[in-house]
Amino acid sequence: MEAVVRRLGGWAFVLLFAIIAIALTPDSGFAIHMGIVGLAALIVIIATLRSYDPLAKAQGIFKMPPGPSRYDDDVIRWGVIATMFWGLAGLLVGVVIATQLAFPQLNLEPYLNFGRLRPLHTSAVIFAFGGNALIATSFYVVQRTCRTTLAFPGMARFVFWGYQLFIVLAATGYLLGITQSREYAEPEWYVDLWLTIVWLAYLAVYVGTILRRHEPHIYVANWFYLAFIVTIAMLHVVNNLAIPVSFLGAKSYSAFAGVQDALTQWWYGHNAVGFFLTAGFLAMMYYFVPKQAGRPVYSYRLSIIHFWSLIFLYIWAGPHHLHYTALPDWAQTLGMVFSVMLWMPSWGGMINGLMTLNGAWDKVRTDPIIRMMVLALAFYGMSTFEGPMLSIKAVNSLSHYTDWTIGHVHSGALGWNGMITFACVYFLVPRLWNKPRLYSLRMINWHFWLATLGIVFYASSMWVAGITQGLMWREYGSDGYLVNSFIDTVTALHPMYILRAVGGLMYLAGAVIMAYNIWMTIAGKQRVEAPMGDTAHDEAADRPILSEPQAQPAE
Amino acid sequence: MSLYEILRHFADSYGLVLIFALYLTLCLWHFRPGAKAHVEAAKHSIFKDEDDVQ
Repeated sequence: MEAVVRRLGGWAFVLLFAIIAIALTPDSGFAIHMGIVGLAALIVIIATLRSYDPLAKAQGIFKMPPGPSRYDDDVIRWGVIATMFWGLAGLLVGVVIATQLAFPQLNLEPYLNFGRLRPLHTSAVIFAFGGNALIATSFYVVQRTCRTTLAFPGMARFVFWGYQLFIVLAATGYLLGITQSREYAEPEWYVDLWLTIVWLAYLAVYVGTILRRHEPHIYVANWFYLAFIVTIAMLHVVNNLAIPVSFLGAKSYSAFAGVQDALTQWWYGHNAVGFFLTAGFLAMMYYFVPKQAGRPVYSYRLSIIHFWSLIFLYIWAGPHHLHYTALPDWAQTLGMVFSVMLWMPSWGGMINGLMTLNGAWDKVRTDPIIRMMVLALAFYGMSTFEGPMLSIKAVNSLSHYTDWTIGHVHSGALGWNGMITFACVYFLVPRLWNKPRLYSLRMINWHFWLATLGIVFYASSMWVAGITQGLMWREYGSDGYLVNSFIDTVTALHPMYILRAVGGLMYLAGAVIMAYNIWMTIAGKQRVEAPMGDTAHDEAADRPILSEPQAQPAE
Repeated sequence: MSLYEILRHFADSYGLVLIFALYLTLCLWHFRPGAKAHVEAAKHSIFKDEDDVQ
């Protein structure tokens, strides 16, 4: 009882603080954000006071199995649902902004213009969709591989719900125009502080669970997850060092200036790719691909070399985002050299994942989840080849600031991150909800092909658009003047922008099919359908040829 | 010499050698003669739980 009162007091203090902040701030966006914080505190207070558990009711809606399971899976189920929800939201916003680029009339001032929706899209797919997938799968994997339950169950729930509050504050902030203007680190100082608290709690739960393991070895997937959690904590804190103008306002200024600021930002930005979108998702790959294939990873030692090479190389690759800028030339070259070196361990990892299927390649035909994983690995290999190539200064002088970069990012994000996440969700849902199988395997097949074709449309249209753009920008006439004005390039790219929107729409359509499939699986339904791996079987012919008695010749 | 110069000369001499040696040690550690059994055990450890249907 005393603990409940103390907790209530704490939340009441948060609520009071939010109300005071709303009353005193001259900044309307900050006031709205404090309103959201106050609302969150109020919900917790009401839930505690009435000993009415809205969570239990919501768990009923999503048909979560009641009672303690062998592992602490409750927070993972919420993570899977959040992954699906934010994935659909983020992809939808992506299609909207792709259409806005093709048809500028769709920019609705001021809240829904491209400038505000674009960070909403990137943050929703990377941090909301990807982040929830990483939190959910990491809690799943660390429990299974350590053969123990989560170390601090309450704190694990705080991590999940606190992270959702971070997403809501970040997303509403973008629409309200609250931004630090740092790519992939747009949230302002108070949201950054909140995320720091949540992330340290995440680290505590994760490390705590590893420390109480009943298994002598720490499986390699946990190494990748741990590298992801630790490095993101470091990157987030350093890149967001800033001084707020007022403690009652959203605006802050970076602690760094000039080229130091730019380098810090891209040290953060590229390692967000390296440790959030690569290391974390590789952790998923190293657990779920062997599990789904039913055979251990091809080479455990190769996975360790993969791990240490990524750790030692990635952290230096950031300067390739600043080629031909005020950054010292040696730093640009350093970034380029390390990016090119990264190609080898990345392909080592891809080969390791693909060769796990050695001897079970028939599963690519019969098991659509394995097929998704194989495609994800193929795109991991493709984008980790394209990335080093784009980081070479000569190539970058053509590709930088063009849509080629956008195409590269999306072949990695849609192909690698998206597909491996979808595969993991398909793997997890029947196990987490105690269902014998998914609602439909054939729908995964539809999802697979829609997504694959969508990526092909997206990436190829952006290659054409990017190279067109790059060549038109640098075209000089014989009199030394630029041949094309900027608007000429925009006109030339218009068909490519429409094709890109079509590709995005196909990818979104695949995700909608997935959401339906997951929904029906959770509802406990099974679609009546022909199995995927059906081979022809002739019952009549399936018998030994017995030697028949020869007809006796007449005497 | 400024602090910057001291640090950058340390970084491209002793620092580089130390980090490279650390990298090689960490990579090659699992190739030491006694490691084979440990690597095999870790590799198959994910299939030990009965909670998952295989």
